[in-house]
Amino acid sequence: MTETTKSLLLHLGLVLLLLALNWLLPEYHHGNLARVMVLATYAIGYNVLFGYTGLLSLGHAMFFAAGMYGMGLVIRHLGWTPAPAVLAGVLAGVGLSLLVGVLALRTSGVAFMIVTLMFAQSLFLTILYFTTYTRGDEGFVIQQAERVLAGIDLSDPNNRYLAALAGFALCLMLVWVLVRHPFGKTLIAIRENEERARMLGYNVYLHKLGAVVVSGTISAFAGALYGVLFGYVGASFSTVQYSIFPLLWVLLGGAGTLIGPFVGTLFMFYLIDLASGVTSAYMLVAGVALVLLTLFAPQGFMGLVRKRFIRWLP
Amino acid sequence: MNVLEVKGLSKTYGGLRAVQDVDLQLPQGQVRALIGPNGAGKTTLVGLITGRVNPSAGGVRFLERDVSGYPAYRRIAMGMGYTFQITSVFANLSLHENVALAVRRRGGTVAQVDKAVNAALSEVGLALRAEQLAGDLSYGHQRLLEIAMGLAQEPKLLILDEPTQGLSSGEVSGFKELIRRLAGQTTVLLIEHNMDVVMGVADYITVLNFGAVLAEGTPAEIRANADVQAAYLGGG
Ligand SMILES: Nc1ncnc2c1ncn2[C@@H]1O[C@H](COP(=O)(O)OP(=O)(O)OP(=O)(O)O)[C@@H](O)[C@H]1O
Ligand SMILES: [Mg+2]
Repeated sequence: MTETTKSLLLHLGLVLLLLALNWLLPEYHHGNLARVMVLATYAIGYNVLFGYTGLLSLGHAMFFAAGMYGMGLVIRHLGWTPAPAVLAGVLAGVGLSLLVGVLALRTSGVAFMIVTLMFAQSLFLTILYFTTYTRGDEGFVIQQAERVLAGIDLSDPNNRYLAALAGFALCLMLVWVLVRHPFGKTLIAIRENEERARMLGYNVYLHKLGAVVVSGTISAFAGALYGVLFGYVGASFSTVQYSIFPLLWVLLGGAGTLIGPFVGTLFMFYLIDLASGVTSAYMLVAGVALVLLTLFAPQGFMGLVRKRFIRWLP
Repeated sequence: MNVLEVKGLSKTYGGLRAVQDVDLQLPQGQVRALIGPNGAGKTTLVGLITGRVNPSAGGVRFLERDVSGYPAYRRIAMGMGYTFQITSVFANLSLHENVALAVRRRGGTVAQVDKAVNAALSEVGLALRAEQLAGDLSYGHQRLLEIAMGLAQEPKLLILDEPTQGLSSGEVSGFKELIRRLAGQTTVLLIEHNMDVVMGVADYITVLNFGAVLAEGTPAEIRANADVQAAYLGGG
């Protein structure tokens, strides 16, 4: 069995497992997992840029929010149905990531982090500024009647879970293909040694721009999906906190691994869930977990698994 | 035809004139050695040629096109192959992937890429280590991998910056044979301190000293040149 086959089976296996869990999980965890899958999709998008290309963005919430608002605003103000609305969210992500990429990639390193942070902050303030349309801080609810896709009610827990899984699986396999494609392999080369990649004749700038767009677009898709599945669009999703989350998830799960983002999101979600039942300082628990992991397994969970057990893990 | 034509290239770092008004013509198929004492400006000169370093003055023509305004990656993509003096491989990737990255830029199917990778690794005697990580190789083997990555690009002009540094004497002989095999098809610009290699493979030699061309000629002419001897003995 070739490594490609093995890795394909592994990732399809995860998708099948998640599918089976739809009928096995108790209600509470069923709802949680649907949420985790959408957030993990966001993390998958983040990982394309951070894990595979080596660019650390501190402003990815702007892409998540662009997708969410792109979807939400056309439903709310133009009465669009979910499918074209999600597409509108994705297109908002394409446009924003292209714009931000062109501007932010004039910098690198710390400057890139700060520029992305600033752009995200601008989007957050823009959302607040146009309160008439966005309802500012409060956000707005997408009514159950507006969340029916071809006769399927997406607010129904079962349908919601399956839709979340479909979105997650789509992006997982998309990135699975990407890292096998010469484009993805070049991104990894840029992460490993940018100067060498350039001196092999690769246009590093264009590849990075491509990575920003793929990453931003997947993040926007996740944002749109989150809004339509959970029925709420709010400015809190464009705050710094939502830019830091995917970084933490990816670091925990293993940057530059395909399953890492899912593992990290799942772990962090339940860690916070459990900790918040015990103490109000639940973010502290998350912080401690991260510090411990960075000390003892800096490659994250899946990075460790890859290093110790399965070297072919993509 | 001249593969490479350099005119009036200069580079100043602060007050230091690292490269001063260098002219150079490389005819198709020639193996040209670029020699000179430490700090003579050899690496800077090839940096100017490949576009890694921005010139203070002067221009570069490659394959009869003015490439002075081209960024480095475009010149490489046009057919310049470059190997670093300070080894610069993808340490966390396999040898196969290191070379595949060099091949893939030109396109091709997976099978074609694999074939070219194996050919390049075999040329330098590393084919059996294809699946190892480049970072796990000894220094000398990393140098050989650099050379394989240069070859794999099938460049029109191959620029090698001190490729034999750190190689065993057996590997140096292997390298000399490799360059002789390339001679005639690929134009080679070779920076080299090992005079045995220079005299053994070069058709023509350019001597750089204090950033300027001190002498040019066949190996026999350079050997007989009094200025060159003075520069190398430190008297110049
Ligand atoms: N980026 C830089 N900034 C400042 N000075 C530099 C820079 N690069 C090179 N130099 C200086 O330019 C001069 C030429 O350096 P260069 O590396 O081109 O020499 P070289 O002939 O390749 O030497 P070697 O044989 O040691 O490799 C040296 O004096 C060096 O210190
Ligand atoms: Mg040098």
